[in-house]
Amino acid sequence: MSEVIKNRYDFVVLFDVENGNPNGDPDSGNMPRVDAETQFGLITDVCLKRKIRNYVELVKEDTTGYRIYVKDHAVLNKNDEEAYAALSIPPDKVAEQKKKDADLDLKIRDWMCKNFFDIRTFGAVMTSFVKNKLNCGQVRGPVQIGFARSVEPVVPQEITITRVAITTEKDAEKKNNEMGTKYIIPYGLYRCEGFVSANLARKTTGFTEDDLSLLWDAIYNMFENDHSAARGKMAVRKLIIFKHDSELGNAPAHKLFDLVKVSRTGSDSDSPARVFSDYEIMIDKDHLPNGVSVTVRD
Amino acid sequence: MAVKVEIWGDYALFTRPEMKVERVSYDVITPSAARGILEAIYWHPGLMWVIDAIQVCNPIQFTNIRRNEVKSKISAKIVKTVMNSGKGKLYLDASNDIQQRASLLLKDVRYVIEAHFEMTDKAAKSDNPGKFQDIMKRRLQRGQYYHQPCMGCREFPAFFKEATGETIVSESLLGEKDLGFMLYDMDYSDVEDIKPMYFRAKMVNGMIRIPQKDSEEVLR
Repeated sequence: MSEVIKNRYDFVVLFDVENGNPNGDPDSGNMPRVDAETQFGLITDVCLKRKIRNYVELVKEDTTGYRIYVKDHAVLNKNDEEAYAALSIPPDKVAEQKKKDADLDLKIRDWMCKNFFDIRTFGAVMTSFVKNKLNCGQVRGPVQIGFARSVEPVVPQEITITRVAITTEKDAEKKNNEMGTKYIIPYGLYRCEGFVSANLARKTTGFTEDDLSLLWDAIYNMFENDHSAARGKMAVRKLIIFKHDSELGNAPAHKLFDLVKVSRTGSDSDSPARVFSDYEIMIDKDHLPNGVSVTVRD
Repeated sequence: MAVKVEIWGDYALFTRPEMKVERVSYDVITPSAARGILEAIYWHPGLMWVIDAIQVCNPIQFTNIRRNEVKSKISAKIVKTVMNSGKGKLYLDASNDIQQRASLLLKDVRYVIEAHFEMTDKAAKSDNPGKFQDIMKRRLQRGQYYHQPCMGCREFPAFFKEATGETIVSESLLGEKDLGFMLYDMDYSDVEDIKPMYFRAKMVNGMIRIPQKDSEEVLR
């Protein structure tokens, strides 16, 4: 295993959707999430975390150390149960220890972090053996993601579709097709900001350099294996990573995020954007604070 | 040893304990959440942050969001069994173990937190208030933190800087407003029995004065 990360990171992800519904809102019949007052589109943090988990699960296929705890669908267990065990049972057998052993909770926590990528990355809440001790089963992961918001207001459209196959025989007698609806956003460019706090990696979860590069891959490719009828065309356009020289950081996050500016190109910027090339992304590298370096994946 | 920290964010959720299933936020940040933000920036066993006042700067606005959330936690018992036997199903099936929950969030918040710290008996001999003060000041100026502070929940990051100069307060906050009983903080003095403490929050021109922990205004 590679070393635990030693730097703080802040990152910006820009991704777009074309004729799809990036994140449905259960409160309004699965319409794309929209801030009702400003009409800016929203995508929740948990939606994006789901995609990161799915990517890692797909790439790593549940190999030791890269399991995913919160799965999308229970897979028919091809479970090579090989070995949760082999990895890291502490030499003094856990079973022999008394339930009251306070360290047992810590051992369980560490073992879970070692085995599960999503716990190491995002954290998890575990029930604990020691009663009434608040939060002792809580793991805070180093990676924190905010809501994604569209760069400009979006206008969701309701598309009515028909299907010719009828589900029940009774319905089939009465009608010969059924109507359904789906919602799309013709085009939207979304911006999401996130953080990696090295201290939490070092103190609790042991999130490593390898994990970090896997995380960047996962973010960069989060929509590549997530195509479906609802999503339309989604793609990450830019992943901008600010690396601080130190664990604590070298500059305020908001100042770094301000360096990334998205604007409209061309003269007809009053008309709605429909393709990525309607936008221009500027990264003001000249004003990068000392001790911070930037890498861009696009 | 006082500091003034300005914090802001797009969203915030300071959950009311009585409405935590479908979460509803308090109107403003609680003293305990403010303490958590300062601790995310700098904390040491030798010091204890005490919140003196909270200045609310932006109008209080709510918005609503509903998300799919999992309903169970990882069971230590099952983990232990799998750990020992080396096999078993250890994962959570999101499609079966899910529920939809709404949250009522605050939107576009900005606060100025006035706080000071007190030394605790865990401070080493070489520690002194001046040293802690310097570390905190330095971190505020450079935007450094131990972990990214948040507005109640981790998906709502809190940005921060040292508050200097005059604070601009929204006109909608002028006047006096009773915010009712609010969570003050948790009382951790007995780890076996952690209890909440409450206080009656009154906002005057956006300013909420926070009572001392042992004053009569703090209810247990």
